[in-house]
Amino acid sequence: MAFYRAHILVDSGTAAVLKGANAVRNTLIEEIKSRGLDKEIKVVETGALGLAGAVPAIVVYPEGVTYANVTVEDVPEIVEEHLLKGRRVQRLVYKDDTPAVVKAAGSARSAEMRVVLKNIGVIDPTSIDEYIAMSGYEALAKALTAMTPEDVIAEMKASGLNGRGGAGFPTGLKWEFTAKADGDIKYIVCNADEGEPGNFKDRLIMEGDPHQIIEGMVIAAYATGAQKGFIYIRGEYQQSVANTERAIDVAREMGLLGCDIMGSGLNFDIEVFKGAGAYICGEETALLASIEGFRGESRVKPPYPPTHGLFGKPTVINNVETLANVPHIIVNGAQWYSEIGTARSKGTKIFSPCGDVQYPGVYEVPFGSTLREVIFGMAGGIKSGKKFKAVLMGGPSGVLVGEDALDRRLCSEDLNPGAGALIVLDETKCVVDLIRNCAQFFLHESCGQCTPCREGTKRMVELFDWWAAGSGSEQDLMLADQLATTMALTSRCGLGQFAGVAFKSSISLFEDEYLAHLADKSCPAGVCDMDKVEEEVRA
Amino acid sequence: MANVNIKINGQDLCVDEGLTVLQAAQQAGIGIPTLCYHADLALDGVCRVCSVEVKGQRALCASCVYPVSEGMEVLTHSPKVRNARKVIVELMLANHPQDCLICARNQNCELQAMARELGVQDVRFTGDRKDIPTDSSSTSVVRDPDKCILCGRCVRTCQDIQSVGALHFSGRGWDTEIVAGLGGDLADAVCVSCGQCINRCPTGALKGNDPSAKIWDAIYDPAKHVIVQTAPAVRASIGEEFGMEPGSRVTRKMVTALRMLGFDKVFDTDFTADLTIMEEGSELIQRVTKGGVLPQITSCSPGWINFIEYYYPELLPHLSSCKSPQQMFGTLTKTYYAEKMGIDPKDIVSVSIMPCVAKKFECDRPEMYSSGYKDVDYVLTTREAAAMMKEAGIDLPSLEDGEYDAPFGITTGAGAIFGNTGGVMEAALRTAYELITGEALDDVNITAVRGTDGIREATIQVGALPVKAAVAHGLATAREVLEGIKSGRYKDYAFIEIMCCPGGCIGGGGQPQPTNEEIRKKRIEGIYAEDGAMELRKSHENPAIKAIYEEFLGEPLSHKSHDLLHTTYTPRSQRTVKSEKPTKVQID
Repeated sequence: MAFYRAHILVDSGTAAVLKGANAVRNTLIEEIKSRGLDKEIKVVETGALGLAGAVPAIVVYPEGVTYANVTVEDVPEIVEEHLLKGRRVQRLVYKDDTPAVVKAAGSARSAEMRVVLKNIGVIDPTSIDEYIAMSGYEALAKALTAMTPEDVIAEMKASGLNGRGGAGFPTGLKWEFTAKADGDIKYIVCNADEGEPGNFKDRLIMEGDPHQIIEGMVIAAYATGAQKGFIYIRGEYQQSVANTERAIDVAREMGLLGCDIMGSGLNFDIEVFKGAGAYICGEETALLASIEGFRGESRVKPPYPPTHGLFGKPTVINNVETLANVPHIIVNGAQWYSEIGTARSKGTKIFSPCGDVQYPGVYEVPFGSTLREVIFGMAGGIKSGKKFKAVLMGGPSGVLVGEDALDRRLCSEDLNPGAGALIVLDETKCVVDLIRNCAQFFLHESCGQCTPCREGTKRMVELFDWWAAGSGSEQDLMLADQLATTMALTSRCGLGQFAGVAFKSSISLFEDEYLAHLADKSCPAGVCDMDKVEEEVRA
Repeated sequence: MANVNIKINGQDLCVDEGLTVLQAAQQAGIGIPTLCYHADLALDGVCRVCSVEVKGQRALCASCVYPVSEGMEVLTHSPKVRNARKVIVELMLANHPQDCLICARNQNCELQAMARELGVQDVRFTGDRKDIPTDSSSTSVVRDPDKCILCGRCVRTCQDIQSVGALHFSGRGWDTEIVAGLGGDLADAVCVSCGQCINRCPTGALKGNDPSAKIWDAIYDPAKHVIVQTAPAVRASIGEEFGMEPGSRVTRKMVTALRMLGFDKVFDTDFTADLTIMEEGSELIQRVTKGGVLPQITSCSPGWINFIEYYYPELLPHLSSCKSPQQMFGTLTKTYYAEKMGIDPKDIVSVSIMPCVAKKFECDRPEMYSSGYKDVDYVLTTREAAAMMKEAGIDLPSLEDGEYDAPFGITTGAGAIFGNTGGVMEAALRTAYELITGEALDDVNITAVRGTDGIREATIQVGALPVKAAVAHGLATAREVLEGIKSGRYKDYAFIEIMCCPGGCIGGGGQPQPTNEEIRKKRIEGIYAEDGAMELRKSHENPAIKAIYEEFLGEPLSHKSHDLLHTTYTPRSQRTVKSEKPTKVQID
């Protein structure tokens, strides 16, 4: 094994690649080679570092210095100054400090608690050896050799792990339903169709540590008696698809997938299924329909997937983050896990604060942390010295909360975090503009099957458009409220049921702002163009 | 099946555990409104108007798809539920033309009835409304997507009941629409023209292609001799259009009504149904004795003909070469009848009243000009005929009985039962038995082939010869039979009856709306009652049939019969587009 005096980790997440990370990496390699340093310094691609807006980014070890917004032109300077002369290129150093993601590698100063993200930005996601070196596949070995399937399910139930896709159903219970269901064939499906705007945690895991998901799925297969798994990855996540597929191939070569896994007699294999861009396919029954080759449309529940899922067979569907938690629970035990978090929300949760925060990114904290800790403590608070206004919890399908919620705890007992997005708004943002934006998203993404969602999302956008154009009326507020209530009560699936939630939650919170638009025809934040001629807007 | 205890609106009920909340409520006499639900179809739960409150559930539940369970407590009409239902219907109406007064379904529309029932008196949502052109390309079915509420009943009908799949959902969300084929005209789609979609549409989005304006013109043109024929199934259903019970027999009142409308002669398709039995029965005997392709399959249902031409062209030799009774009738009107009456066939306008919209397609087929003219000029559905009667101020139930005109008014019970599934088989067996054995049947009621099971199989002893026969209705079951033929399952069968529509013609796409299982059964009862009341029950005993062979045709399968009463079929498995011409490759 070769030894290097320095490693350079290049953030090769989707956002970074789109902004030129591959060119930066190639230039780095060339530059290092041209100076004859290629025997001393190794360039490693990692998954996204969770720096969101500051890519392309690289981390130079052993110092752990992060350079952000690196361009091809910056590379010679970094090589010359840092790698040859040992002087930091101060103008490119991120946050005058190391980012949260790098701190997690060992620092105790961070409020972050990295369980699922512990390998992200640390190991090379293309190397199964590095995963194994970080205790990877230890959980699988333990489950297959020292535990019965019943033991695994009992451990999962005792851990208190709840689904991380937003709904929070107890994972162990779900597995138990499938384990007990009759069926010659059973499936494990990983829901990696991360489509809720503001969420990018699953992408980070797939790009940075894909073996964790595979290991979780094989353990789930062992516990439930499944033979086949699918990872349904949203089509836009090309890097996730590539990294995950590569990991599956390598795992199969090493006997960790396929026939007779680890000599235990367990047969299980995984296939990646690429989504085609529909948000609705993140809804579990629509996802199954999509794999089966049908239109991405939700199905009637009950029966539920654990007993009647993919191709009508018993199927466990778990979110990426949920499955990534599994190996840690098996290795460290349910007792350890259940001590993290709150009484009803066990373990850690990955959040992706974004919007008007200083350091958007991905942060893993124990359940029960406050909203303030994540937004101000980790994401650096509001950028450009503006004042905080509100947070959309979990994305457009979540509730909008204001300043008084900042000290609430993120857990199911208090403020439900949904899938983990925290879309932060500063004082310059308009609430009508925001909910209009959300409504447009749902109009675009409604599958069109059921009346309340198909027709309701359209009427909602029309109403909000009129309000933002100065042609609303006070009666509209009640009408929109009734519409949102009806959609929540009667839509066929979660998409329509949650499409009006942000609006409903914002009415009392920002009543004055709504009334300013509707009664006074003015936008206090100065965002909406209220000067359109009414007749043209609302025929 | 085990029982569960549930509570609906405070009322304790003990019901079968397999029921849906909707079914349990219906059993208890509690009405829950529905739109996408149809008793014939698989459950879908998309319209959401049947939503109810189930204790412990965050959202309301669609009762049509929600199963009952022990201890369940349901509220079907709480304020929460009523308000939500109203808003849903309001949303439907906001995206609907609301032109009820001039709609074909006015006063017989499920959406209209629902709005009234739920007390929807205002549509507060304004804004965009879909604007999709009406598709009148098909001679059988007209689609007006603007009136469509996307309940999917037509799609499920076409896919599940008929196994055709001419209609699909296309687009997503607000842009969702139901399209024909890959999104073009219905006439270019693989549509068999059965019109079952029309029967299950809750609104005016689907209707027949109505030729009544041309018929009014013909009636009031003194130069035209306008004759009308009435199909077997119409007599047991047209009364429904006038508020009568399903299955009410109004044969002779209908004759009076048509005469009042101004038709010069009123004839009965039952006559050519009898003639079909003579020709098709003789064809069967010939195939059996001379070694033709067996089993022979009936050919009187034009939607079925379209189906086999599209999907199983390799099995076309199994089809009887007989035209349908409608088309035999049309040919004879413009040949035998014209000659007999001394009328120039070009002045005859031949109209038929059918329970069917595929008949509209059939009469336009190029094969259907064997009289030298278009054998049948116009086809009216039961619904359209009733509408013409209403327009003429005719109140069918209050009319006196009338008699069909000679020579095509003398008919038998065998002709009448063509109107329901199993009828052609029974009529054929009544005649075949007597022709082959020379003995009279003890009981003309051959109940082995009656009923409404999808496929019915029977062996009937005809003298020393056991005749194996099968009956199927609905095209999904027809497909099963055809696959059975291909796999050899029916290799020792002699005769198979296939009808395109569930229940046979009484359930046809031109019949009064609504049509459902219960109504179909009542219409079938009406048809068998008509048969039972007839003096003559066997086609070969019809004196008018004997006369037409003596005077005109000679004998069954004669040269003349072949020219006038038999036809050929066209394989349609290859898609042909008229506009595509082969292009020559230029070589320099």
